[in-house]
Amino acid sequence: MKIKDLKELLDADVLCCEENLGRHLYSACGCDLMSDVLAYVKDQGALLTGLVNPQVVRTAVMMDLVCIVFVRSKLPTEDIVELAKENGIVVLTTDKRLYEACGILYSNGLGVKATK
Amino acid sequence: MSEPLVFHYDIDGEDFISAGQASIQIKKNLRRIGLSPEVIRRVSIAMYEGEINMVIHAKGGTADVMLYEDRIEIILADKGPGISNIEEAMQEGFSTASDTIRSLGFGAGMGLPNMKRYSDKMTIDTTVGVGTTVTMVINIT
Repeated sequence: MKIKDLKELLDADVLCCEENLGRHLYSACGCDLMSDVLAYVKDQGALLTGLVNPQVVRTAVMMDLVCIVFVRSKLPTEDIVELAKENGIVVLTTDKRLYEACGILYSNGLGVKATK
Repeated sequence: MSEPLVFHYDIDGEDFISAGQASIQIKKNLRRIGLSPEVIRRVSIAMYEGEINMVIHAKGGTADVMLYEDRIEIILADKGPGISNIEEAMQEGFSTASDTIRSLGFGAGMGLPNMKRYSDKMTIDTTVGVGTTVTMVINIT
């Protein structure tokens, strides 16, 4: 699945790095605990979260994630978006809840591949 | 044996929101040097968790990253409260972090376990009331 497919499926708005919507996604995780996100490497993954602070972006940078989706219409502050932009990470926001958003992506084939 | 390349960072312990900046910096530096993405990821995740730990528990500290031909050593040193029971602290899920830290997405008791997970070798030298030094070695293969 490409990031633009995820965007369509979740009816999400793009907050930055629109030029990277063509990048492929092979995995995703839905989580508000950043240390849990950091526990398993995801290959070209997306992070769906309801947590809004700069550590979400730093976690994504450390894990080489390519996309962050803020759920339940949460809007990150400008500095958060700026940090993502500096690192080429696509930031999206959707009005769907975390569970629903994950379910839609999973049922459309975006698998969960956890490898060390 | 040649001298290692050393990167030194002072970790500001005042502000949780800005924690992780040194790890972002080290990631950029290692990319520039051209190490494999896998090694870079392991180093930066291990250091990021360590950095967060120092901010949460020890009001900051120092981080030294030494690049040898065959390995990377990360030494995180703080003058915090020390760890009274290392075995307990190494258990996934054990944490003494505050609710505020938990609400920010950390303090789930995964910091030290994650640091160990991504290192080839990790040693903790700690004295209660004096401070903690964590040394992590990541082999470059």
